[in-house]
Amino acid sequence: MKEVKILSPTGHLGFTPIEEESFWKGVDRKPNFICADSGSCDIGPYPLGADVAASPEEWQKHDLELMLLASRELDVPMIIGSASDTGTNRGVNQFARIIKDLAKKHKLKPFKMATIYADVQKDVLLKRLEKGEVIEGLHGRPPLNKETLLRTDHIVAVMGVEPYIKALEEGADVIIAGRSSDVAVFAAPALWSGIPEDIAFYAGKVLECASFVAEPFAGKESVLGILREDEVIIEPMSDYQRATPESVASHAMYERIDPFIEWLPGGYIDMRGCVYEAIDEKRTRVRGSKFYRTPEYKIKLEGSGKVGERCFMIVGIRDPYLIANLDRVIEWSRKKVKERFGESGYELYYHVYGKNGVMGELEPIKNPTPHEVGIIVEGIAPDLEMAKELTYLAGRNFLYARLVGVKGTAGAAAFISDEVLVAHPAYEWTINHLIKVNDPLELFEIKFETVGGE
Amino acid sequence: MKKVPLVDLAKTIRSKNAGVDHITFDIIFRDREVYEYIKQNQLITKEMVAQIYNISPEKIVLFVYFDPAKAIKFTIRRSKPSGSPGETDVMGAQQYPPLFEISLTLPESLLKEEGGGSKG
Repeated sequence: MKEVKILSPTGHLGFTPIEEESFWKGVDRKPNFICADSGSCDIGPYPLGADVAASPEEWQKHDLELMLLASRELDVPMIIGSASDTGTNRGVNQFARIIKDLAKKHKLKPFKMATIYADVQKDVLLKRLEKGEVIEGLHGRPPLNKETLLRTDHIVAVMGVEPYIKALEEGADVIIAGRSSDVAVFAAPALWSGIPEDIAFYAGKVLECASFVAEPFAGKESVLGILREDEVIIEPMSDYQRATPESVASHAMYERIDPFIEWLPGGYIDMRGCVYEAIDEKRTRVRGSKFYRTPEYKIKLEGSGKVGERCFMIVGIRDPYLIANLDRVIEWSRKKVKERFGESGYELYYHVYGKNGVMGELEPIKNPTPHEVGIIVEGIAPDLEMAKELTYLAGRNFLYARLVGVKGTAGAAAFISDEVLVAHPAYEWTINHLIKVNDPLELFEIKFETVGGE
Repeated sequence: MKKVPLVDLAKTIRSKNAGVDHITFDIIFRDREVYEYIKQNQLITKEMVAQIYNISPEKIVLFVYFDPAKAIKFTIRRSKPSGSPGETDVMGAQQYPPLFEISLTLPESLLKEEGGGSKG
């Protein structure tokens, strides 16, 4: 019976370092592939928009070094998707550089590295829009229009399995890819090895978050997937974790809209028929997943655009009278900003911790009685000087709030420090859309080079 | 029959982003029979969670009982994409606590092993 073993050491390479003990245990099992995804939208729109990493390079290096050394030792491919958090060309080039440095450091024998790029240039999409093509919005977003496209700073296309398979066919030993479906990073080598689509795609889905599929809850521990013709077996490599039918089923729904259907480039996984079965205390077998191809091949586009420069100011309030009349205090602050800057051309938010700082409008407790509150004033403006001034004005005016009945007329606010903190600029997810392609490879560029042997 | 808060019956109650436009909630039960009873009697509904979060039921794009995990899952549409100006929870990871207090009335026979249970 055909069997393919895939080692998944981390759900987000570089975000926090891989645990080494369970990783090496996994390597001892002689996997056929070592795969990891390195990207996420959870980090917000800033890293993609500004095209910067969200993870420290030291941690990225740590994880890449472990995987590279194990992959070369076993002489099996190592596959990385969504390089450096964003999966932009910057991320691919950064990881490729790290791989080359590591090859030199460890005097590794020559190997073939594939880099797969996923950046999409604005004018490519602009031309397609001008030709009348519809780029449909996901989840109720309207179709992409020119205005939204032009205020976007960076766009990536989310690749499916095809670019990876192409790289494997060409003999890649190491694949560093840009933005990818998490599932594709694992499904591609399985498909290339002859595992049927029904199992390969589902296996990708359960393996992509590594130890999150097992219990008790733990991150960054390695998990081994054993894939066969009609089943996938999940086996955690750490001593203390177990993959149970429930932990594996629970994972099917983790951070996904729907626990039964998972949409991917070119099709979807149907998990309605999945049967989860405990093999023993530690391992669970899953059968019955399906993969269906869609008639048209659609690829997701992700884009982020800058809204403005952003500053924060931290304000504390302890006076119960002011807390009880907080809405009026905030109104005062807002009014002073309006007097200086007018009604529009900036954005101003008051995050009131102690009231609804975490949940905002979703907070069901409407009238809490905290003994103190902390307010983060968030000011956004087209340029940094204005953002600073705006945030100072809004924050300092808590000190001067004029409310009839205030006893503490020497100041109605406490500051840790009378200062405005310059934050990352504000960005927004402008594009979450689907584009039709004739060829699954058409938005992606694959390059090969020989590394090592120096 | 006995009234029990959801927090005492669930092993896991969590929230998390599902992509950039949604937050998804998972309530995973500890006991299969308790789960089945709540499911059969529809003790937790889409309308109930819409009311808790003060949103219209149309904002809940999915609400299902998911048998393999003994779980209820629902997904809500964000008012703005994650991380937009004014964001309070970029990963959507702290939106679940109001679910703790959902009060459920169950037969005491089902609760014999649940006494003193705490959240997992």
